[in-house]
Amino acid sequence: MARAQLTLLQVLVAVVSLVLWHVLTTYPLFGHILLPPFFFSNPVDVAAQIVSWFASGVIWKHLWVTLIESILAFVIGSIGGVLVGFWFARQPVTAAVFDPYVKMANALPRVVLAPIFTLWFGLGIWSKVALGITLVFFIVFFNVYQGVKEVSQTVLANARMLGMSERQLMRHVYWPSALSWMFSSLHTSVGFAVVGAVVGEYLGSAAGLGYLIQQAEGVFDVAGVFAGMFVLAAFVIVIDILVTMVERRLLVWRPAAETRT
Amino acid sequence: MTELAQRNSAVSLAGVDVSFRLAGGGIFTAVKNASLAVADGEFVAIVGPTGCGKSTLLNIAAGLLAPAAGTVDIFGSALASLNRQAGYLFQADALFPWKTALENVAIGLETAGIPSPEARARAKEWLSRVGLGAFGDRYPHMLSGGQRKRVGLAQVLIRDPKILLMDEPFGPLDAQTRQIMGNLLLDLWSADRKAVLFVTHDLEEAIALSDRVVIMSAGPAARIIGDWRVPLPRPRDISEVKLDRAFHDLHRDIWHMLKAEVVKGYAQAEAV
Repeated sequence: MARAQLTLLQVLVAVVSLVLWHVLTTYPLFGHILLPPFFFSNPVDVAAQIVSWFASGVIWKHLWVTLIESILAFVIGSIGGVLVGFWFARQPVTAAVFDPYVKMANALPRVVLAPIFTLWFGLGIWSKVALGITLVFFIVFFNVYQGVKEVSQTVLANARMLGMSERQLMRHVYWPSALSWMFSSLHTSVGFAVVGAVVGEYLGSAAGLGYLIQQAEGVFDVAGVFAGMFVLAAFVIVIDILVTMVERRLLVWRPAAETRT
Repeated sequence: MTELAQRNSAVSLAGVDVSFRLAGGGIFTAVKNASLAVADGEFVAIVGPTGCGKSTLLNIAAGLLAPAAGTVDIFGSALASLNRQAGYLFQADALFPWKTALENVAIGLETAGIPSPEARARAKEWLSRVGLGAFGDRYPHMLSGGQRKRVGLAQVLIRDPKILLMDEPFGPLDAQTRQIMGNLLLDLWSADRKAVLFVTHDLEEAIALSDRVVIMSAGPAARIIGDWRVPLPRPRDISEVKLDRAFHDLHRDIWHMLKAEVVKGYAQAEAV
């Protein structure tokens, strides 16, 4: 299908959905309104809310807070995941000892940690960062662990025959392999960093997109909730585009067909 | 084997057994009592049916695997760990996928402590020697199977090993590319005549390339059952040498013995 045609169809989906939403929440059908505006608001009010946020500039502060929390969660969680993943993969005994506890920690729904983090770190950004870290860490950790474990035996034998010392093996073989697995999970881990930040904000904070949505919900301002969701979706898409750009640069060596998620 | 022969050999295996511990607790003997000497500058091919332990023998010579019994001597001294004098060209893709062709070739020098700019300059030279001068910035996945083998060859040869171990290096390539690669190998080899141990299941390839062809029996407990000298003159061109009468005679003689082993190999594979 031609690119222009595809774009047209994609836009059409948006237009039809918006029109349906508007009509069903504004005009009575068979005597009554199908989607009560109290619960579903309508596109005009939502758009007005978004415009007013950006016009007054209040949204920037919230976006900024969420962004900072996501970045911190991603960076700290990734560094921790890489270090521990590497360590466990090279020290099978340590990995075996900690295995049940890692599984247990990963099985725990992370949302239940939010209250305890709020208790420990207060209502500021660090309780949200901590929540994001617990999500990002495990994704990166498992991928790096796998990446180090699954280095091709032939490549490894070749590296040794080429005279690599243990340190050179780390640098030229294990490290790139682990990083490639980490980068292949980049979309997921960045996404989870945002989830951690927003959920944390939603459960107790003074700023951020999650806070905005939670505030609107508290006063039954459905237009505000929808507006917050749209801004959040756009925010995630922008981040995802940036991640794709970074990934293209870092993974040029990998064949396009072989993408892992 | 005499003491003297052992001292003059680049690679000398004497009474080598190779066995693996099975998951069930038993012991599987892959190779039994193998003795083989490769003189310095000699090109020896090992031919045998699939699964006879040819590659295992190569891994022994490389020091990647330790024999269960017997001795391995490299230029007269016992091999204790990795064979530092050998270069190994693997059957499977062994290039570093995250390095460009140039980086892949240069890495063998860099690990030896040669500064990066010099290593790269020499890698560039080697890439053009294997006909890939314009492909230095490609990653392995952007190269064809034959091109990857060329990079692999340059990667091994740039370190100037005294012994070259090759494990069915041209196995996955198509017939034409194999011939071209074979000629390239002979060209490069004739420049400084390293000792070569070349494993293949292709008897024609073995005769065309080597000075001696060694035949292994079907596994398990594979043994060396034949050792032929190849009387063909050098320099050779692989496609031409195959038309030679001496080539055909030798091929017929060796094949006579090999065929029985191949059939045995299949029967054993089916029985498992």
